[in-house]
Amino acid sequence: MRQTLAQKILQRHTDETVSQDGQIVRCRVSLVLANDITAPLAIKSFNKMGATEVFDKDKIALVCDHFTPNKDIDSAEQVKVVREFAMAKGITHYYEGGDCGVEHALLPELGLVGPGDVVIGADSHTCTYGGLGAFATGMGSTDIAAAMVMGETWFKVPPTIRVVLEGTLPKWIGGKDIILELIGMIGVSGALYKALEFAGPVVEQLSIEQRMTMSNMAIEAGGKVGLFPVDAKTLAYAKAAGRTGDTELYADEGAHYEREVVIDCSKLTPRVACPHLPDNVKPVDECVGIRIDQSIIGSCTNGRIEDMREAAAVLKGRKVAKHVRCIVLPATPAIWKQSLKEGLLEIFMDSGCVVGPPTCGPCLGGHMGILAAGERSIATTNRNFKGRMGSLQSEVYLSGPAVAAASAIAGEIVHPEKI
Amino acid sequence: MYKGRAHKVGAHIDTDAIIPARFLVTTDTEELGRNCMEGLQAGWVKRVKKGDIMVAGENFGCGSSREHAPLAIIGAGIPVVIAHSFARIFYRNGFNMGLILLEVGDAVKKIEDGDDLIIDPVNGTIKNETSGDVIKTSPVPPFMQQILDKGGLVNYVKDRKAAQA
Repeated sequence: MRQTLAQKILQRHTDETVSQDGQIVRCRVSLVLANDITAPLAIKSFNKMGATEVFDKDKIALVCDHFTPNKDIDSAEQVKVVREFAMAKGITHYYEGGDCGVEHALLPELGLVGPGDVVIGADSHTCTYGGLGAFATGMGSTDIAAAMVMGETWFKVPPTIRVVLEGTLPKWIGGKDIILELIGMIGVSGALYKALEFAGPVVEQLSIEQRMTMSNMAIEAGGKVGLFPVDAKTLAYAKAAGRTGDTELYADEGAHYEREVVIDCSKLTPRVACPHLPDNVKPVDECVGIRIDQSIIGSCTNGRIEDMREAAAVLKGRKVAKHVRCIVLPATPAIWKQSLKEGLLEIFMDSGCVVGPPTCGPCLGGHMGILAAGERSIATTNRNFKGRMGSLQSEVYLSGPAVAAASAIAGEIVHPEKI
Repeated sequence: MYKGRAHKVGAHIDTDAIIPARFLVTTDTEELGRNCMEGLQAGWVKRVKKGDIMVAGENFGCGSSREHAPLAIIGAGIPVVIAHSFARIFYRNGFNMGLILLEVGDAVKKIEDGDDLIIDPVNGTIKNETSGDVIKTSPVPPFMQQILDKGGLVNYVKDRKAAQA
C-alpha cells in the first residue's frame, strides 16, 4: 500500500499492518510529555493504575512551563507534585528552573523529539513536532499516564488532507501567515480527526522553525497532526540537536488523500486571526487601525530565535506606543541567551518592551500579561478564544512576530512595512 | 438510563470556555465543577441540577488537552453531553473520565434549551419528552467500548498490567 506520512510513521511503531484509515493500531511511543497543569492529573491516574515505575525513565519529559515561575501558592503546590514524582521515579528529563523553557520549543532544541518519532503529550500543541516529521499529538492526562506505564498508546489511523504550498514566500510572510490562511480556509474543525500533510515547492523554502510554527497550529483546525516531510534541512536540525540515525522521510507517490488544499503563497499578505476563533482570519490591511493595549511576542508558536530576530528588526530604533505593553518572552533559555548575544534583548528594552523569562504565561491567561475588561492584545500565540488571555470582555488578535512588533509601535494593528 | 433537562450551548465551545486556565490549579473534580462553563458565562453552572444534560453544536471541546474540562462537567453533575460533533482530544478524554458523549450530527437541532430528555446510551437512543422526538446516536467504536466495559482507561491499564505480571 502506498502510504501517507502519517501511515508510514505509525507503521514504524507498531507490529500490526497499517492497511487503512480508521483502523485502530497500538503503537510504541518515542517520548511521553506532560506539563505543570496536566502532569498532576496524570500522576493521579498513574497511581490509581497501581503503577510504581514508569516504562522508561529516559522517555518521559515533565516540563513545568505554564504557570512558572510559579505564579501563586496553588501553582507552586502543583509543581511540587510534579517535582516529587520526577525525583521519586528518577525521570531524566524534568525541567522547572533555569533549564526550563516552553515545552514545544525546548524538546526539539534538546533533540528529545525528531524525525519519524511517535510523541504524545498532555498538551494540545504537542503537534508542533510534526515540523520535524514526527507523528506528535496531544492527549489528556490519563492517556498520558497509561503511556507512562505501558510505553504505548492506541491511535485511529487518520485520513490525511494534503496541503500543497505553491509559489515563493514574499517579504513579511512566514509560517504563521500560511497556517492562519489555511485555518481560515478550512475552519476550526476543517481537519477534525484528520492529519494535515504539507507538500509543494514552498516546503523547502521554509526553515524548520517556520515549519514548527505551522505544525503547532494544526490543532487549531481540529487536526490530529500536521506533518512535514523529513528533508536535508530537517536532518541538519536534528543533527545539530545531537540526534543520530535519523533519515529522510517522504510520503509515497500516489498515496491516498482525502482531500487536497492548495495555497498560493506568492499572493499572501500578512494574516491576522480576529476574535474569537483562530479561523476568523483576515489580511492585515483589513484590520488596520484597531487599537491595542498589549502585544505578546513569544509562545510555542512564535517564541524561537527567528521570531525574536523578526520582531527585533521591526522594533530596532523605534519606540513602543505609550499606551501599549509589549511583552517579549523568548521561549527557552538557549533562545534567551542567543537573543542576548545578538543584542536583540537590548533592542527590545530600548524600544520599551518588557523582556520576561521563558513561560507559556499570558498565552493561556495564566500570568505575565493578563487583559482587563475591554482590553485588546495582538499576540504571536495560537488561540484567541473568548477570555483566553484574561477578562471575558477582552479580545486577542493572532499574528506573526513582525505584525505584533509593528502594531506595538503604532499602538494599533498595522502592516510592518507602514512603520 | 439518564433523565435530565437539556442545557444548550453553541458550536465550537472551547476548553477555555468549559474551564478557564485560571481554575487549573486544582485536580479536584468537585472544585472544577463549581467553575464549569465559567469561560462561557459567569455563574453558568448555577442553572444546572444534578443529572442535567449538556447539548452542544459542532466541535465541542476544541482547544487544549486539559482533562480538567470533562472533569469540570462531571463535577457540575452533568453525566452526558450530546453534541453535533466533538473535538478529538476532548472525545478521548471524556471516555477516559467516564463522561458519556453522544454524537448526533444535525439531529441536535431537535433539542431545545430546557427540553426534558431520557437517554439510553446502551441502545443509543435519546427521547425528547418535551417534543416527542426520538434520536438515534452513532454507536461507540468497538475498541472504545472495551475501555468503557473495563470501567475506563485506569482500570483497563490496571488489568493489562496484572495480565503481564
